[in-house]
Amino acid sequence: MLNLTVTELSAELAHGAISSVELTRACLERINRLNPALNAFITISEESALAQAAAADRARAEGDERPLLGIPLAHKDIFCTRDTHTTCGSRILQDFLPPYDATVVEKLRQAGTVMLGKTNMDEFAMGSSNETSYFGAVGNPYDQGRVPGGSSGGSAAAVAAGLSPMATGTDTGGSIRQPASFCGITGFKPSYGRVSRWGMIAFASSLDQAGTLTRSAADAALMMQAMAGLDPRDSTSVDRPVEDYACELGIPVKGLRVGVPRPHFAAGLNPAVERGIRAALAELEQAGASLIDIDLPNNHLSVPAYYVVAPAEASANLSRYDGVRYGYRCENPADLEDLYTRTRSEGFGDEVKRRILVGTYALSAGYYDAYYRKAQRVRRLIRQDFIDAFRQVDVIAGPTSPHVAFPHGAKADPVEMYLEDIFTIAVNLAGLPGISVPAGFENGLPFGLQIVGPDFGEARVLNVAHQFQQLTDWHRRLPETAAQAETGES
Amino acid sequence: MEWEAVIGLEVHVQLSTRSKLFSGTSTAFGAEPNTQANIYDLAMPGTLPVLNGEALRMAVRFGLAIDAEIGRHSIFDRKNYFYPDLPKGYQTSQLDYPIVGRGSIVINLEDGTEKRIGVTRAHMEEDAGKSLHEEFADASGIDLNRAGTPLLEIVSDPDLRSAKEAVAYLKKLHSIVRYLDISDGDMSQGSMRCDANVSIRRPGAELGTRTEIKNVNSFRFVEKAINFEIRRQQDVLEDGGNIVQETRLYDSVRDETRPMRGKEVANDYRYFPEPDLLPVEIGEDLIERIRSELPELPDARKRRFAAEYDLSAYDAGVLTASREMADYFEQVAQGCGDAKLAANWVSVELQALLNRENLDIADSPVSAGALADLILRIRDKTISGKIAKTVFEQLAAGSRDVDGIIERQGLRQVTDEGEIEKLVDRVIDENAAQAQQFRDGKQQVLGYLVGQAMKLSRGKANPARVNELLRDKLRS
Repeated sequence: MLNLTVTELSAELAHGAISSVELTRACLERINRLNPALNAFITISEESALAQAAAADRARAEGDERPLLGIPLAHKDIFCTRDTHTTCGSRILQDFLPPYDATVVEKLRQAGTVMLGKTNMDEFAMGSSNETSYFGAVGNPYDQGRVPGGSSGGSAAAVAAGLSPMATGTDTGGSIRQPASFCGITGFKPSYGRVSRWGMIAFASSLDQAGTLTRSAADAALMMQAMAGLDPRDSTSVDRPVEDYACELGIPVKGLRVGVPRPHFAAGLNPAVERGIRAALAELEQAGASLIDIDLPNNHLSVPAYYVVAPAEASANLSRYDGVRYGYRCENPADLEDLYTRTRSEGFGDEVKRRILVGTYALSAGYYDAYYRKAQRVRRLIRQDFIDAFRQVDVIAGPTSPHVAFPHGAKADPVEMYLEDIFTIAVNLAGLPGISVPAGFENGLPFGLQIVGPDFGEARVLNVAHQFQQLTDWHRRLPETAAQAETGES
Repeated sequence: MEWEAVIGLEVHVQLSTRSKLFSGTSTAFGAEPNTQANIYDLAMPGTLPVLNGEALRMAVRFGLAIDAEIGRHSIFDRKNYFYPDLPKGYQTSQLDYPIVGRGSIVINLEDGTEKRIGVTRAHMEEDAGKSLHEEFADASGIDLNRAGTPLLEIVSDPDLRSAKEAVAYLKKLHSIVRYLDISDGDMSQGSMRCDANVSIRRPGAELGTRTEIKNVNSFRFVEKAINFEIRRQQDVLEDGGNIVQETRLYDSVRDETRPMRGKEVANDYRYFPEPDLLPVEIGEDLIERIRSELPELPDARKRRFAAEYDLSAYDAGVLTASREMADYFEQVAQGCGDAKLAANWVSVELQALLNRENLDIADSPVSAGALADLILRIRDKTISGKIAKTVFEQLAAGSRDVDGIIERQGLRQVTDEGEIEKLVDRVIDENAAQAQQFRDGKQQVLGYLVGQAMKLSRGKANPARVNELLRDKLRS
């Protein structure tokens, strides 16, 4: 049962075929068995999970029929959870116990979900391989010698391996979509402002957005229904009605105009991935969609612009970790300078330090215009490219990542790692919704198709992704770890 | 040759909102350390700012009061620096798009003239917490109660030419924020803080190099600090030296300014737009609503007082310097129907009492109603002006009822002709020598005789009538 989708589990729970306690216990058992090798979880909340499951079963007995009632989930360890450790993958927050819940956590709990624990991630979400985590690398369920992608690598691995039927993630430059692609699952990033950022630890405030990691687009729709909406505690969350996502899933793709960005099929794209993505697009075409080549003329500037804007914001966002009020503090500081220097030198990993330095530099007197201001101008151009494109197409589709999951340690050069997000970053810079859905395998490793929609086109993106999943069964494939686990369990 | 001082002020005014600029925490003064700091004020991970609408409206009120352009699209920025009492490691402030643009303030100088001082801009920002270095051995304490309190930083053009002008500007600013009810303006509590940029030059020459004096916390110290700095710069330049552009601290104990250590000033704040807050869009309707709610401001009220109550410009200025004083005066004037007398009593007797007791007019022991009653009794000749001062002292001591005091203590003025005549006769009898001197032409003696009569009546006789009767009797 652990390889079922949320939609299926919801039905099982509703029919009384299983209870939430049984389901939760099964998840916890599989976590205990597989997590030592996968390292997908940083914190496992066994006791509270079983209590929440029991409460969900009681509510169901009293007639509660909410779709997510009793469904287990895992939260990326970037979301603050009251009285449950929230590390953000960093030594500096190793022992941090938030006295509050993130809005996302609160809303999903109110929807009746059961929190299994907190998932591993790149430190402060800075990374594309989950290798920058202070809590160690995460194995890809398809090949534990390979990375799950990042930064939401723990969430992606947990869902792919059946440790949890769904998980939250955050996406600043591709951190949901790229790990979803590497782990063969569905990863959805909504428009900027659609989901509250309150209680979600900031990396780059103007780009960060919470989203979902699930086994299907229909599951993402269920989760999004619970997560989306205006939050008065987040001034950047938007005041517009939340669509009924599940309701729009069934619209056929006949007549849909799909933009295919030429720059995404240029050199650097793995040929097998390219073939797979072309085949996926052909599936949509056969179902009645039309494919239209588009240009995103400034797409090549998205990585450099991102690596100015995101580190600049991060350099300020991470200033609060100073050893004064909470979090890691160095031993016996000699004076204030020493307290700051050693706390931050010892508390942050190399990639975080690198980005703080880059961001600080980009904002410095004399460099601001050349870097930060210029990057913001480029960002507006990139957004304009999408606005122009959406005048002639309904969605844009292409590869999520140029290749499949790579082995641990394969990308030692930071810039090579930064180029991982070449197809996803522009979507964050433009603030648009995007999803990665499984679209094929190369050498037994999955890769994803990215579908991007216009501003607040969540329903349309989920709809097209769901329709694609009606036409294909890539999303039903399981890694051997999960398939074998299922045999062992049943 | 003469030197001319060129001074600009940067004034931080603490806005009197109930809660902080970006969090719902109370701003009440004097709570136990760190009891008024919520998870946002503590900069806990994942917390976000939400702009306090009241602070925004207060800033707009100020902008409209000084005829300034209002920033229709104003933007918050992060000003980055590390300090233990700055929890986020950046201060949320405004750089390029402040809420209040160019405006001006008219100041009143001691010689009775006025001068218009340009206001460059005013922007909203959050205050830092407090570092407490003395209270702890081998450690510093941090109190974050003040962290996040809304400030309006008001920057003047370099239009001020003397320490006295600077003080006049500061006093007018103080008066305006009090009239607008956007701050208590209390410099001793830090609700109004002033940094002064000072340079000197030969009249008509290019601007000289300026220094910035920080942390001056009273009107008097502003004057002293600027005067010290002007003299210091003169000495340096006249000795052939150069002024170093630097930040200096004023030490009120030694009455001098001295440079801050380089480490404290060499900052690159790396400002950039605050991504957690959207630009603040201010529409015409909000501006017009706030404009319609503006109270009468000190300059307008001064003009009205001069015209309506026929007061001198000076009296009108004194009485309108604070909103409370002006309100008090108007109540007295309307209650007694004699603005001249009311102006006199408020600006002389009442002011002396407040100065003596070191009280604000809001805490005056003599209510406006009581003072109006008292003046009414002078006007209807129930008591003399002199006796009125005795009654006033009783009001100051806590009594309330003017007529009660007069009756209980028999202070009613004697106007009965027969009684006064008896008094006068008795004075002439008892002071025969002085009476004769007057008859011999020594006019000055009359005052003495009147005084004796008043003394006999214990001040209650109508002094004018005593005077007349004495003259009549001594001439006859």
